[in-house]
Amino acid sequence: MSTPLLEMRNISIHFGGIKAVDDVSIDVMPGEVVGLLGHNGAGKSTLIKILSGAYKKDAGEIFVDGKKVEINSPIDAREHNIETIYQTLALSDNLDAASNLFLGREITTKFGLVDDTAMEAESRKIMARLNPNFQRFSEPVRSLSGGQRQSVAIARAVYFNARILIMDEPTAALGVHETAMVADLIKELKAQGLGIFLISHDTREMMDLCDRVSVMKNGQLIGTERVEDVTEDDILSMIIMGKNPKKAA
Amino acid sequence: MSGGLGNLIKTLQIDTRLLGMIGAFIVISLVFHVATGGTFLTPRNLFTLTLQTASVAVMATGMVFVIVTRNIDLSIGSLLGIIGMLMGVIQVQILPDIVGFGNPSIWIITVIIGLLLGAAIGGFQGWLIGYLTIPSFIVTLGGLLIWRGGAWWVSKGTTISPLDPTFIKLGGASGTIGVTASWALAIVGSILTILFLINTRRKHISHDFAVKPLWAEYALGAILVGAICGVTAIMNAYLVPTRILERRFAADGLEMPEGYTEAYGFPISVLIVLAVAIAMSIIAKKTRFGRYVFAMGGNPDAAELSGINTRWLTVKVFALMGALTAIAAVIASARLGSAGSSLGELDELRVIAAAVIGGTALAGGVGTIYGAILGALIMQALVSGMGMVGVDSPLQNMIVGGVLILAVWIDIVYRRKTGDA
Repeated sequence: MSTPLLEMRNISIHFGGIKAVDDVSIDVMPGEVVGLLGHNGAGKSTLIKILSGAYKKDAGEIFVDGKKVEINSPIDAREHNIETIYQTLALSDNLDAASNLFLGREITTKFGLVDDTAMEAESRKIMARLNPNFQRFSEPVRSLSGGQRQSVAIARAVYFNARILIMDEPTAALGVHETAMVADLIKELKAQGLGIFLISHDTREMMDLCDRVSVMKNGQLIGTERVEDVTEDDILSMIIMGKNPKKAA
Repeated sequence: MSGGLGNLIKTLQIDTRLLGMIGAFIVISLVFHVATGGTFLTPRNLFTLTLQTASVAVMATGMVFVIVTRNIDLSIGSLLGIIGMLMGVIQVQILPDIVGFGNPSIWIITVIIGLLLGAAIGGFQGWLIGYLTIPSFIVTLGGLLIWRGGAWWVSKGTTISPLDPTFIKLGGASGTIGVTASWALAIVGSILTILFLINTRRKHISHDFAVKPLWAEYALGAILVGAICGVTAIMNAYLVPTRILERRFAADGLEMPEGYTEAYGFPISVLIVLAVAIAMSIIAKKTRFGRYVFAMGGNPDAAELSGINTRWLTVKVFALMGALTAIAAVIASARLGSAGSSLGELDELRVIAAAVIGGTALAGGVGTIYGAILGALIMQALVSGMGMVGVDSPLQNMIVGGVLILAVWIDIVYRRKTGDA
């Protein structure tokens, strides 16, 4: 088997006395979508926040292309081309689409000033690809619809040549049409060879989009299975019972 | 707004809030002009008004950043007091012994030390807020008491005067640049304004963005140049009183020629406000630092996840506030020609009010530099006007308080209507 694009090995983190993530290992291959499933509080979001640099792990190692890396901040994660679309979208509502898209990575002029016109031009280019209907570039993102805001968050992750993409509940706030658009996008990015971690509560959607699923409960990894090897019921019982029926069998 | 005028404003892309504030200022001025029997809208009074507004206006620009990042700074009045006092001691009691009395370097050294002190104290408060996560309200409330006490302690309650003669020019009517330099400045300002408009339009066209119709650009340019020249004309219309001129000629041992007149032109303190306003606007709109200030105000978590160090940003915002407070301390003490230990008392509230009247939202993320300066001007116009009409000082405070609440309410209604939350 070839080297995973990204591997998180034996990751643990505590908050006070609670082990939010307890010795969990997951990985993703290039062009693969790995789903993370589990109840609220199972540790999925905490695990990916370690990967995106928002939290610091207490134990464990992270490998990109088989090489060990240290991720201590969101900047570190970005340097390894790990991009995240957060459940909350993490947009500054008072800024426009371009300012959000380039937040922390602004294009500057030769005098070191931020170049809004250049950033808007780039934003228009990427949006033409992701969401051609998007036109409201000069308004604060506060006044945009849920789907438009999602487009901005996705554009931000995709624009900077992500190799590893983390999507935390990307369709939770979206309508049917927009959900289908995100699903198409995931397939397109996968075809381009990105490794994608997808978090969702929708088991059916996960069976459809993912190659493998990893199920977590109470901070522990219950198991990782290829979707063609399991039924939706198997996954549900892993989520609810915390037991892997295949291994029990 | 009715169709025709509304469309015109939209085409010109003028901020309606800005128009509202200019409108409020004009209404207040006209009311006082009538009430005072025609003495409010005179070059002399407008000149004095700008002098009185200068120190609060400088601080209000910094307060915009502080409030935009969801903080508050209650310490600036006291900070102004202690920095003014220390600068007084340095220029009156310490430097003359070292470099010699009247040495031209005295004011420069004094101002530099003041700026460093302001930035250091502000930065320290910012560190307590950002890194030790003590709420800014508490840190700066403590600062309010500490620095005011410190100002008394330095001076033992006395007033330090007279300040260095060059230093005094930075704040008072004695420091003006005269007619010719004022017009030269107006011309340079007008040319830069026009170049800026042309450059913006070119850039937009090169990226295929929509641009205003050409007539709208001309109209906007004409309005801006007209405003610059109008203000310059007013400053140049205020003549230096004859007795002051006579005294000046007498000091040089000369006889004043018959019919000789001289106008003030722009006060240096007003030029300082202008420079601060331009610099702060560029920082707010065109630098990463400014962008991050607004991003943090809009959503601190998002800013953090974008790799912005919000703690260090907080330190920088408060250090900047402190440095601007030092500039305000220079202007305020120079205007009075002395440094007393009550210098700057209650300024924190005037500054916060100016920023808020200028459209800075206490919830964070929203505010403009020009709004804060106009807010300061409106407040000072109210206070001066009431003073001229003969309103008692307690009643003045009550009215200013009422106006502050009213202004914020209007702002809330405005935001709700424009969906600009």
